[in-house]
Amino acid sequence: MIAEAGLAALWLAAALAALQLAMGWMGVSSQRTDLLAAVRPIAIIQAGLTGIAFLVLIYLFVTVDLSVALVAANDASTKPLLYKFAGTWGNHEGSMLMWVTILAVAGGAVAIFERRLNERTLIATLAAQAAIGLGFYAFLLFASNPFARLDPAPAEGQGLNPLLQDPGLAFHPPTLYLGYVGLSVAFSFAVGALVTRDVGTAFARAMRPWVLGAWILLTIGITAGSYWAYYELGWGGWWFWDPVENASLMPWLAATALLHSVTVLATREGLRAWTVMLAVVAFSMSMVGTFLVRSGILTSVHAFAVDPKRGTFILALLAIYIGGALALFGLRVGTVREGSRFDAVSREGSLVINNLLLSAILGIVLVGTLYPLIAESITGEKLSVGPPYFNSAAGPLALILVVVMAAGPIMRWRRDDLKATLTRLAVPLLLSALVLLLVILLAPGIRILPLLGLVAAAGVGLASLAPLWGRNLRRTPLYIWGMVIAHLGIAVSIAGMASESAFTKETLVAARIGELHRVGPYSVRLDDVQPVAGPNYTAIEGTVTAQRGAGKPFTLHPQTRNFPSPQTETNEAAITTVPDGQLYVVVGRADEQGRWQLRLWWKPFVTLIWAGGGLVALGGFLSLIGRVRREMRHAPPREFL
Amino acid sequence: MRKLLIWLPLALFLIFLGVFASGLISPESKTIPSKLVGKPMPGFALAPAVPGKPGLTSAELANGRPHLVNVFASWCVPCIAEAPQLRQLAEAGVPVYGIAIRDRPEDLARFLARNGDPFRAIGGDPNSSVQIALGSSGVPETFIVDGKGIIRKQHIGAINPEDVPGIMSALGDAR
Amino acid sequence: MPAAKYADEQLADPGKEKQAKALMETIRCLVCQGQSIADSNAEMAGDMRALIRTRIEAGEKPEAIRAWLIERYGDWVSFKPPLDELTWPLYVVPVLFLGLGIWIVSGRLKRRRKG
Repeated sequence: MIAEAGLAALWLAAALAALQLAMGWMGVSSQRTDLLAAVRPIAIIQAGLTGIAFLVLIYLFVTVDLSVALVAANDASTKPLLYKFAGTWGNHEGSMLMWVTILAVAGGAVAIFERRLNERTLIATLAAQAAIGLGFYAFLLFASNPFARLDPAPAEGQGLNPLLQDPGLAFHPPTLYLGYVGLSVAFSFAVGALVTRDVGTAFARAMRPWVLGAWILLTIGITAGSYWAYYELGWGGWWFWDPVENASLMPWLAATALLHSVTVLATREGLRAWTVMLAVVAFSMSMVGTFLVRSGILTSVHAFAVDPKRGTFILALLAIYIGGALALFGLRVGTVREGSRFDAVSREGSLVINNLLLSAILGIVLVGTLYPLIAESITGEKLSVGPPYFNSAAGPLALILVVVMAAGPIMRWRRDDLKATLTRLAVPLLLSALVLLLVILLAPGIRILPLLGLVAAAGVGLASLAPLWGRNLRRTPLYIWGMVIAHLGIAVSIAGMASESAFTKETLVAARIGELHRVGPYSVRLDDVQPVAGPNYTAIEGTVTAQRGAGKPFTLHPQTRNFPSPQTETNEAAITTVPDGQLYVVVGRADEQGRWQLRLWWKPFVTLIWAGGGLVALGGFLSLIGRVRREMRHAPPREFL
Repeated sequence: MRKLLIWLPLALFLIFLGVFASGLISPESKTIPSKLVGKPMPGFALAPAVPGKPGLTSAELANGRPHLVNVFASWCVPCIAEAPQLRQLAEAGVPVYGIAIRDRPEDLARFLARNGDPFRAIGGDPNSSVQIALGSSGVPETFIVDGKGIIRKQHIGAINPEDVPGIMSALGDAR
Repeated sequence: MPAAKYADEQLADPGKEKQAKALMETIRCLVCQGQSIADSNAEMAGDMRALIRTRIEAGEKPEAIRAWLIERYGDWVSFKPPLDELTWPLYVVPVLFLGLGIWIVSGRLKRRRKG
């Protein structure tokens, strides 16, 4: 019975979404207040109903109701509770239900909390959100019903793919989904504002927390994914410019640009059409990302359940939503008033350059990722576009971008003086020059990109603190702190990337038991290798003793795991983190003389890469709290509820 | 000009949509064909892979008759599946030569005893160097080489029963 | 079979090892899903690393080895796309994007100053 109740809730929610779209549409075009007034409650009830459907599915998974086909295929009574719970969205149907639930709940939240936006624009926004929801409801109800019954029910379920039984992977998809849905809300706001020709500060203020929230989650998702690849793939790499990684980077780049342009719109009423455009691009990038990952049209290191039929569906939605929004943009944007004026050298000017560079990087990543596909379909010739292209095309732009990032926050709105700005940046510039001198003296022969990275990171890191100079730190608004910390995080991350790229020490040897090898400041001895058995794999585990100089020796246990089905070998690197870097140890196969393949890396300050990512997310979070608190204080009283 | 600019995003989007759709219809192919098809066999001299059977040099392949050169290994599962077809070709008088990749003599002898031995000679390629020189990206792969030592065709993957006529006719063309 | 010499062992000369490593990072593994041979566990990737290290050791230039591999496997084997009639858009499109952006922005700034 309970599964049927879930399905009924889902059907009702879908019907309400249709109603929400229809009444919103009619209300906005006829301006009938009774229709307009009905839309908010409908959005809230719709959110409640999908929430119920999702909770029902979680309940079915946790109680292992094997009469439900989805549960029987993906759950097992022997699984730990965490994976019963996470198994709900560890499959296609469940993840789709999670997606519509987040979408509907976000719509409901907009209906409850948004009080400053013009009523018609808000209703148009909710109608757009319902239109997005309807596409996914249709797919869920007609092509991937999560509540379908299985008769007779089996005695035991088939369990979850063991490789997915990792706490990180259990929470990675929801993080990204929340990010994508945040961008869908921004998209709906943009469509709503275009419909009512109401692209102004209220629209920007309404959209900003959603963009910020999405951006924080995407930042966390990318940072965590990068660290996962670093420890799981076993060769010390942390970014491969792989299609799946690029698919997650593109929405982030667009969201970063949007975050900055929305600030110009909210504060100075500038960049109106551009901000609307970016909101559409950001959401389309998250759909393009989902499409690339799920359709399997590109080859990737990161394995995914791939299904071309689902690809077709996502592509159809992409065509309808984004094509529709861009057509609306073309029709309406001519009537959007031009924003207020500003000089090239000004805060706005720096934010425009920021947007320009981010868009160019986004274009490079998009074209580079898709180019092999385009080339093959035109000429039949296969080619690869990889790290050398992306690094040399996007790297220099990214460096210019961070320099602008250092200058922007200390420039005045509307008009500033280049000389004055440089004077304000004198100390950071001096630090950069010092670092340049030091690095060239201490590490001659360093490649140009890491060198510039270190130089920029030092200056930019210091300059990013400049907005705090001369302020009473206690009375500094939270969103200023947020900006400072996020910008500092970027500098920290770049310092880590440059240091890893320039100073990593590598030792690859075939080692006998008891032999001593050196990597960077460490001496490392392979003491023993033993077979061990895990729950669903067999492995060999090395016992490795490492010692830094004359310091205290310590033991590491790297593993190489073999999973029988599907036949996969993974290296579980043993990593020791110290304040100035990481020692990364992998033990591979043995040769016929009983020597083991030993891979050792000393990576100075590599942890800064992800620490920086964490700081960026933290900065975003502080900014979000600061903005929301401020909005709440200025918001008019509630009209209903 | 501004009008044009306004519609530019939609135009770009439609182009990308076309790329995605064409990608769905014809996904990236997964095989990497050798660029040496139509070019001479690279020079090599491989030691015998099993005792009692000659090794393989590229000079032997330019003796005026077309040949099959089969890149295989005892540890390769599809190689077992194509063994009957290779035997059938050898029985029809086609000279079949083998290049054994990363193989041990004892494993290879066992493989030949179990699956039959259609090979006139087998060269051992312990570190894939000849395989790489041939532009071959996996096992099994079969090259059709004409009498002058020119590579005429590359068959990627196992030779299935339905592939045999095509290979016979390619051998006929290579004469 | 054991891995070939130099599949997972470095060259004694650090300068040559650096050259070899830089090349390996840009050569695509033939049997993997989009990894370079520098970070793949596949045996064939190991053999390709051995081939590259052996040739660098013998004094061959990295770009000559890349060309030799491309002669056999096509441009697919190199992560560094060449600049030719097929790939020029890769290098032109970013410049075009940037140029277009600068043109739009500068046009608007000028108009603003006049007004």
